[in-house]
Amino acid sequence: MSQKITIEPVTRVEGHGKVTIHLDDQNQVAQSRLHVVEFRGFERFVQGRPYWEAPVLVQRLCGICPVSHHLAAAKALDVLVGAGTGDGLTPTGEKMRRLMHYGQMFQSHALHFFHLVSPDLLFGIDADPAIRNVIGVALEHKDLAVQGVMMRKYGQEIIRATAGKKIHGTGAIPGGINKHLSPEDKEAFLHGPDPMNIDKMLEWSVSVLEFFKDYYKENQSFIDDFVSFPSNHLSLVRKDGAMDLYHGVLRAVDSEGNKILDDVDYQEYDNYIEEEVRSWSYMKFPYIKSLGPEKGWYRVGPLARLNTCDFIPSPLAQAEFEQYKALTNGKPNNTCLHYHYARLIELLHSAEMMKELLNDPDLMEGELVTKGTKGSRGVGLLEAPRGTLFHHYEINEDDQITRANLIVSTTNNNEPMNQSVNSVAHSWMDGKTEITEPMMNAVEVAIRAYDPCLSCATHALGQMPLEVSLYDAENQLIDRKRT
Amino acid sequence: MSKPVLATTSLAGCFGCHMSFLDIDERILKLIELVEFNKSPVVDIKTFTKECDIGLIEGGCCNSENVEVLKEFRKHCKILVSVGECAIMGGLPALRNGIPVKECLEEAYLNGPTVGLNTENILPNDDELPMILDRVYPCHEIVRIDYYLPGCPPTADLIWNALVALVTGDEMKLPYEVVKFD
Ligand code: SF4
Repeated sequence: MSQKITIEPVTRVEGHGKVTIHLDDQNQVAQSRLHVVEFRGFERFVQGRPYWEAPVLVQRLCGICPVSHHLAAAKALDVLVGAGTGDGLTPTGEKMRRLMHYGQMFQSHALHFFHLVSPDLLFGIDADPAIRNVIGVALEHKDLAVQGVMMRKYGQEIIRATAGKKIHGTGAIPGGINKHLSPEDKEAFLHGPDPMNIDKMLEWSVSVLEFFKDYYKENQSFIDDFVSFPSNHLSLVRKDGAMDLYHGVLRAVDSEGNKILDDVDYQEYDNYIEEEVRSWSYMKFPYIKSLGPEKGWYRVGPLARLNTCDFIPSPLAQAEFEQYKALTNGKPNNTCLHYHYARLIELLHSAEMMKELLNDPDLMEGELVTKGTKGSRGVGLLEAPRGTLFHHYEINEDDQITRANLIVSTTNNNEPMNQSVNSVAHSWMDGKTEITEPMMNAVEVAIRAYDPCLSCATHALGQMPLEVSLYDAENQLIDRKRT
Repeated sequence: MSKPVLATTSLAGCFGCHMSFLDIDERILKLIELVEFNKSPVVDIKTFTKECDIGLIEGGCCNSENVEVLKEFRKHCKILVSVGECAIMGGLPALRNGIPVKECLEEAYLNGPTVGLNTENILPNDDELPMILDRVYPCHEIVRIDYYLPGCPPTADLIWNALVALVTGDEMKLPYEVVKFD
């Protein structure tokens, strides 16, 4: 008799998902799947809309990282209106967008750490779910909770000052940006009363990283042994190999660090990336075309970015990067829970970048928009908090969108998340016919490492509680638990 | 006296309304003195463990699961609030209303420029996937809704003022800056 388990859904991961596990007659795990259950149909319904709506429309697929969609769409439109990619914009246009983006990266990484990860670290992953949440943190570790809230607030304020609104702003327009940074905002961000100033944010970014490193020291075997498997890694990097979260060329490395793609102009992304459709999930499975679906899947996000880039162009984060790289002797890091470590190094980098930008006079004056000759196709990529985000639009002579394609960060991590679930299923479920609490926790912790935004990946979003269903060899449901 | 109990959920929304809720920032510490959370992604409580006083709904209904969750909220919450344009009138996802679902699926899974070999023309279709509805429905077409908070998303101050008014019974303040759109 074989069995099937379903886990649904993972709350502290944003987006709807569902896990099923099938057992064979020996009660060994025969198959496991992470299903994404939301579908929006964006690619079709955006057709016929005027192209300039894209940055304000499309971000409404995801309120968790709207800035990423806002900017990726705007970057695609830069190409469409003939303003070029990246360096085609005026210094003001590019730098205002960068500030917006690093503000987003900062608030998103802070949110993820304080709301989603710190409860597990502070209370342990097998603690009572009733306290293992951000309210629990607020009640028992008030200082840390306040720090999390204020760091997120700072990032959100940066977004407001550059995009006009904290969620679903309007700042980026085709070819540039619609305003300068106001002197009042600049002054407040640089020298506001504690804690709302950049130096405090830098100090806190360093201390969160120290907090994590201390935890790591004491729990090294848990972090290192939890789930680990070789994979390819993909991200944008600056032309010289530096980490660049806003603009660059595509690079992919294998699990040993050999380059698979390098210096690829992303306007041609569809020559290099394909997606597989599987009947049991609304989320597609991307892979590097030359390697095919079996071998070509890859990871994106903080872990991948620290594997693809050669260095980080800001001093504090670079020093942390060197320590972190030493853990794997400079080779790519393939350990799931190191996503958290990598994310915090990026948090620090984002704070450093914000400080540099805030001191740049170009934000306060200069041309806002670049004009050019309109074309018919534009592709915009950037590194969103959760990984590489692809936007692609085509238009007709009437300025209507005729085709749209999105590969969202979390979609890129579809196969790796499935691999992680599979690894957990084998270690915790082989030989069992009942879903145990530790197993549920382990699945959540494994998926959460990727910080997935599952519904955004199917162009939908929502909370993601997790349901695990266990099926036997006759396909009979024998157990079902919800987290 | 026990505190009023609050539940929240996101149906076919983008989670932006929940994020706007979190934008109350430091007031979150006051909030936890004011209310007790039950089923909500904010606190990781995934099933109702008691009857609730206030339910905040983000997003409309685009699949069978959204409908079930919404009905469950109506059953367990005394007061139900539609938060944001999606819950109130379908919002961005409702742009698909008027387009056959099949066309949307085909565009995503067959015609997309990066869709690899799909010789069997596979469209996602599995027992584990909830049924997609013919169109996206606003919440009040499925269950009775008591209050509506407009905006995409409603500002943090609007959500905060509404919650405080509901909890204290005081009249709600609605100054222009709090209710204005983009
Ligand atoms: S109303 Fe706006 S912010 Fe709220 S869920 Fe809908 S799209 Fe997102």
